[in-house]
Amino acid sequence: MKLAKWKPKKLHLGRGMVYGIPYVWLLLLFLVPFAIVLKISFADQELNIPPYTPLFVNDADIGSLAISLNYYNYVDIFTDFWQTLARIVNPFAENGGGNIYLLTYWSSIKIAFLTTVWCFLLGYPMAYAITRAKAEYRNGLLLLVMLPFWTSFLLRVYAWMGLLGQNGLVNNALMSIGLIDQPLQLFYNSFSLQLVMVYAYLPFMILPIYAQLLKMDHRLLEAASDLGAGPIKAFMTITLPLSKVGIIAGSMMVFIPSVGEYVIPELVGGPSELMIGKVLWQAFFDQNNWPLASAIAVIMVILLVIPMALFHRYETRELEGKRNEQ
Amino acid sequence: MNNNRSSWFLRVMLILGLLFLYIPLISLVIYSFNSSQLVTVWGGFSTSWYGRLANNSQILEAAWLSIKLALASAFAAVILGTLSGFALARIKRFKGSTLFAGMVSAPMVMPDVITGLSMLLLIIQVQMFLQNSELLNFMYFDRGFFTIWLGHTTLCLAYVTVVIRSRLMELDQSLEDAAMDLGARPLKIFFVITLPLIAPAIASGFLLAITLSLDDLVITSFLSGPGSSTLPQVIFSKIKLGLDPQMNALATIMIGVIGTCVILLNYFMMKNHVKRDREAAQAMKQASAAEAALKP
Repeated sequence: MKLAKWKPKKLHLGRGMVYGIPYVWLLLLFLVPFAIVLKISFADQELNIPPYTPLFVNDADIGSLAISLNYYNYVDIFTDFWQTLARIVNPFAENGGGNIYLLTYWSSIKIAFLTTVWCFLLGYPMAYAITRAKAEYRNGLLLLVMLPFWTSFLLRVYAWMGLLGQNGLVNNALMSIGLIDQPLQLFYNSFSLQLVMVYAYLPFMILPIYAQLLKMDHRLLEAASDLGAGPIKAFMTITLPLSKVGIIAGSMMVFIPSVGEYVIPELVGGPSELMIGKVLWQAFFDQNNWPLASAIAVIMVILLVIPMALFHRYETRELEGKRNEQ
Repeated sequence: MNNNRSSWFLRVMLILGLLFLYIPLISLVIYSFNSSQLVTVWGGFSTSWYGRLANNSQILEAAWLSIKLALASAFAAVILGTLSGFALARIKRFKGSTLFAGMVSAPMVMPDVITGLSMLLLIIQVQMFLQNSELLNFMYFDRGFFTIWLGHTTLCLAYVTVVIRSRLMELDQSLEDAAMDLGARPLKIFFVITLPLIAPAIASGFLLAITLSLDDLVITSFLSGPGSSTLPQVIFSKIKLGLDPQMNALATIMIGVIGTCVILLNYFMMKNHVKRDREAAQAMKQASAAEAALKP
């Protein structure tokens, strides 16, 4: 090996710059902000600007800095959890309050989960169909799937408002063919919420599954069929397990952001569709209760830590897989 | 063959899925040429909504702000994303690399409300710090273009990093090694060899960042001040009130512009790919011809 001309020390500095700049950026704009959210979640609401009490108080009596941790926000949320649970277990018990947070977290997770399942059921065959298409059509088909993703998300949601509304195209069409004689309530309910969620997140499911299926060796399927496996059995024992990594990645890309979704429930969901993103937004902007909003965010992150770790593990494995192929 | 049945099923699912994706978009485009005031009732062909849109100064100003923001944050995100993609693909192990990798991918999955909330709280802390500090109290910044730019850059950085890192992972490192053996400095290797090879990934990262920035509503709403409304914010406030035919016209323009860009980019990338393949085949042919000529 030839000796390099540059000095190792200089190389070291250059390397440090390469990761140092984005590192500092992310520390300052991602990690520190989150630490502040954590801090403020332990503060109390105040009628002031900013509307929360300071965490460190200069206590004149003891002549030093004192910490004033307020657990009220968490206590409130957990009391609500408890009261709601108690009511679910024993509907006749006397207890006031409750009913917001636990149900909101629960319904957010339920909606996100159903969105993930529907995206999978619809997206998997689509991704598979694209990999099975002739090589020269694949890119075009993939582009066709991606194109809606590139156009404005809000305007795509808006398009559904025109399709599903009282005088929307769907109702008009159904009425004109005489299938119904009164417009159906297709909008501002859990149906429209679920539908638009699936619509918005579908491409996030298709892409990772497609990437994974494309790598699959199709000779395995031929071998399975030679050995007498039917198409369903071959799919279940070969294709599905081989695309597991893509399925996990796609599910995470759909599930995690949909738990915190704000825009879709606000625009197309009914008033009874509680989602945690909406509750956080209201706590922050409408009630001006920043500590409560922060506590809601902290609990949401704690709930999402496991799926996020899964996602991260998938990502590393995926990239290592790519390297090992060479 | 028993494969036919499954491919028939797959084909139907693909067509149904594409219909599901495209029917809303097509209906937007068709009804943007509707002369009727009612969005869902057809009243004849007209382009009047485009005319109204062209005179809507609120939308035009917001669109201009959004475009400036998208370009600025895509530019910053591409620089930072190339650095971090390079660090993750080539340097791999450095102090805190696990934390770094986690932080890079987290904004991609983190719900927008949390990202927006946390960045706003940071900005307010900094403002308070500046106000209370004796040395720095002349410095003051308000929420607006700069703060939204910080948020968008952080969000886009995650996506750009993934695109560039996976491209670098696929890349054959032997070219870089060869250049290093020939005595090229790291910076030169990067600009002469690595950068041209990852240029398509940088281009698609840039485009992705522009779309993400143009599309973001939630983070923007946390970080924008009273004087700055981006296009998604204006669209959101309008469609919350109900249907508005001008929005159909706006959507059609956006679909047209973005569709054209994406298709053109794809076309050029394909062409480039074909050209590269042909050149590689040519080189191989010449090499084997030379080898054959050398043999006795």
